Amino acid sequence: MQTTFPRLMLEHAAARPGAAALREKSFGIWQTLTWGALATLVRELACGLAQAGLARGQHIVIVGGNRPRLYAAMLAAQSLGAIPVPLYQDAATTEFVFPINNAEISFAIVEDQEQVDKLLELREACPQLARIWFDDPRGLRNYNEAGLASLDALLESGRTCNDQQPDFFDAEVRKTQPGDVAAMFFTSGTTGNPKGVVHTHNTLIDRAQAGARFDKLTNAEEVLAYLPPAWVGQNIFSYAQWLACGYVVNCPESASTVSIDLNEIGPTYYFAPPRIFEGMLTTVMIRMEDAGVIKKWLFQHFMALARRVGPQLMDGKAVSGTDRLGYALGKLFIYGPLRNTLGFSRVRVAYTAGEAIGPDLFTFYRSIGVNLKQLYGSTETAVFVCLQPDHEARADTVGVPIDGVEIKVSESGEILVKSPGLLREYYKNPAATAEVLTAEGWYHTGDAGFLDAGGHLKIIDRAKDVGRIVGGAFDGAMFAPKYVENKLKFFAFIKEAVAIGDKRASVCAFINIDFEAVGNWAEKRNLPYAGYTDLAQKPEVYELIRECVEKVNADLALDAMLAGSQISRFLILHKELDADDGELTRTRKVRRGFVAERYQVLVDALYGGKTEQFIETQVKFEDGRSGIVSATLQIVDTKTFAAVKKAA
Amino acid sequence: MATRKIGEVILDVKNISLRFGGVKALTDISFDVREHEVRAIIGPNGAGKSSMLNCINGVYAPQEGSISFRGKTFSHMNSRQVAEMGVARTFQNLALFKGMSVLDNIMTGRNLKMKCNLLQQAIRWGAAEREETTQRQHVERVIDFLEIQPYRKTPVGKMPYGLQKRVDLGRALAMDPQVLLLDEPMAGMNVEEKQDMSRFILDVNDEFGTTIVLIEHDMSVVMDISDRVVVLDYGKKIGDGTPQDVRANPDVISAYLGTNH
Repeated sequence: MQTTFPRLMLEHAAARPGAAALREKSFGIWQTLTWGALATLVRELACGLAQAGLARGQHIVIVGGNRPRLYAAMLAAQSLGAIPVPLYQDAATTEFVFPINNAEISFAIVEDQEQVDKLLELREACPQLARIWFDDPRGLRNYNEAGLASLDALLESGRTCNDQQPDFFDAEVRKTQPGDVAAMFFTSGTTGNPKGVVHTHNTLIDRAQAGARFDKLTNAEEVLAYLPPAWVGQNIFSYAQWLACGYVVNCPESASTVSIDLNEIGPTYYFAPPRIFEGMLTTVMIRMEDAGVIKKWLFQHFMALARRVGPQLMDGKAVSGTDRLGYALGKLFIYGPLRNTLGFSRVRVAYTAGEAIGPDLFTFYRSIGVNLKQLYGSTETAVFVCLQPDHEARADTVGVPIDGVEIKVSESGEILVKSPGLLREYYKNPAATAEVLTAEGWYHTGDAGFLDAGGHLKIIDRAKDVGRIVGGAFDGAMFAPKYVENKLKFFAFIKEAVAIGDKRASVCAFINIDFEAVGNWAEKRNLPYAGYTDLAQKPEVYELIRECVEKVNADLALDAMLAGSQISRFLILHKELDADDGELTRTRKVRRGFVAERYQVLVDALYGGKTEQFIETQVKFEDGRSGIVSATLQIVDTKTFAAVKKAA
Repeated sequence: MATRKIGEVILDVKNISLRFGGVKALTDISFDVREHEVRAIIGPNGAGKSSMLNCINGVYAPQEGSISFRGKTFSHMNSRQVAEMGVARTFQNLALFKGMSVLDNIMTGRNLKMKCNLLQQAIRWGAAEREETTQRQHVERVIDFLEIQPYRKTPVGKMPYGLQKRVDLGRALAMDPQVLLLDEPMAGMNVEEKQDMSRFILDVNDEFGTTIVLIEHDMSVVMDISDRVVVLDYGKKIGDGTPQDVRANPDVISAYLGTNH
């Protein structure tokens, strides 16, 4: 049965008015908002917005973290048939200009002073942006700008309106149709202007429900919402599926308390990109290095057992009696407490997506009994395309096509998807829409990959990034930069990597070390350092990274198809790649082309055979000011290996 | 800061002299502090700034002179009486309980507001529990205000110095003070921590209308955030006025930069 988000919300409110819908930790206590209270909140907000002039079909910007009242604001806008456009709260001011002007937006609901300041700065660039409401009044008491008001004031006017016309809200909700546009997500894109991905109630709800059926989600799930709501992944997990299933979404106290909140809530359904899982594992490993001898021994002993036995137990395979007993002991001493510390005691289903996940990382979580799985999807497909079934989770595939999805591989090796969750269009961009959506309804994912014998989808790289090695020992070999970068990033010491090599004779790489992991490693060796730039250029650190790179080379040499992608030279960058400098997208994907252009001198030095290169770079700080970072970077050669001949 | 109105004199220091044996720490110092203002006391090392604060705070009893708080004059006062009148302070070299959590440290700032006796608190039942809940609500507001939510349960001794300073401020704020005495709140901090601390001091002043008396070494900070400045040198007052006045005062310049003889 087709429906809309506001109708789903009202159904939950009618069926279980006293049940928790949202929780938010404030002043040290988890405050609950019930479905009944949420319905009232949405009703009043909607009336207030209508009073302020928000009309059916208009867009409204929502900027902020995961706050219950911002979720309610999205529902309120949808109730009126208006279209919420969530934007990344950590985006720089200038990044707001395009979306706001592109969708001719004149209304905004934001979280706090930080976002208000950004939008007020845009008044000249976006003159139509007339009304701004804020959730948290802190620091805003003395702001007197025209059109700026608190969400409380909006609620107040909405309450009055609702008292005068009590039927208005319900009539508006009835008018909104399942086929109407429900939300627009701007994809950061690694090149060019962002594109507004238009989704209807139908597309989002259909995928949310398909995912829920696949994992048998109920209204008893607990979810912690802490990733940016502007990211479609977060939106699906804590908004679309929240309304489809009626479970509880918990909002953390602040961005810095997430690990504490995770531990307190103990979610049953969890979703995060690999970097979050990686960050958690790094913290565990660092703390284990500082632990006492007995604890260390216990940890190592039981983790070795877990790596051997855990994944098999997870997959429901037979395991010997002694191993079973050992694993039970391990659960008592190590796995259980560890899961509890990480906040994973109750996790029934956990997903990772957005990037490839390292096999060691993936195995670690599965071996301690966290049902971590992978999924495949994008903003354009409303996330759910492929999911891994419970007993078939693997590190190198992304799962099987789920309900309603058809997949085929084009002649050029690109994956094409047909699904009820596909975007309607790119907003005001028919050319881009035509590029990705065929007349027969196939969506071009831009990913190169194939379906393996078991029906699982396997992704190699972005189709447009796959290049060729020209000249040298590996002339004509395939170059898959992301594949190489991922292999590098699977090492805890390497945070980010950029591989260069298309149409060249060899492959070179920029490396970003993981400051926390390498910093701790250096401290253990009494290696003093002054900061990131200094640590990055230590000869000992170069040696450490060289070992990692050579391990990757040895691994690549085993794969006849990718042996040519071995790295022959590398350098460690003097600064961390940052979204504020345009080097990463807001979802933290490397913008390879931009980086190569920005650091052209370094690329030239790598291929020019130099052993060091001076570089000066302008960096933007979080508060919008900028500064200069300069350093002389070492460049080192690495060993490459002859390709292992194909056995068969 | 448009809404903040500087009011009447709240704290009046008259002709204070303080001696330790033959050492004259303070000689005939007079100045006043108006309600809602940020008042700075500056001066080179050993000028008597902390001694001055300790006199106001009731830790030292000056041999001569008087201090009036809201028109009431006192010549001898202990620090508990001062605290009960609504004067809170932070310390130059942090006097926190290192082994206790952030929460417990700030909770000690509510000590004066708690009425239950030791036994009741030890058993923590009935009235004592209700009282703790009420006081905890105040503490939580302070934690929220200072943005130290991630550290509630962290032992203070394990935290970086800049954060410890913030906890110290939090404990003073928990007293709901009318006057806040800050002894070098920015000592030993890096630029970012200093910016944060300046922000918090101005916010306290703006949001709660708390009168602030601060001692600080960092001249740029003092000039940026204070309304009026007193300058001490060798226990004597050599300047008093707005930051602009003080900056132009030749005695102040020579005390700080030295003069040609």
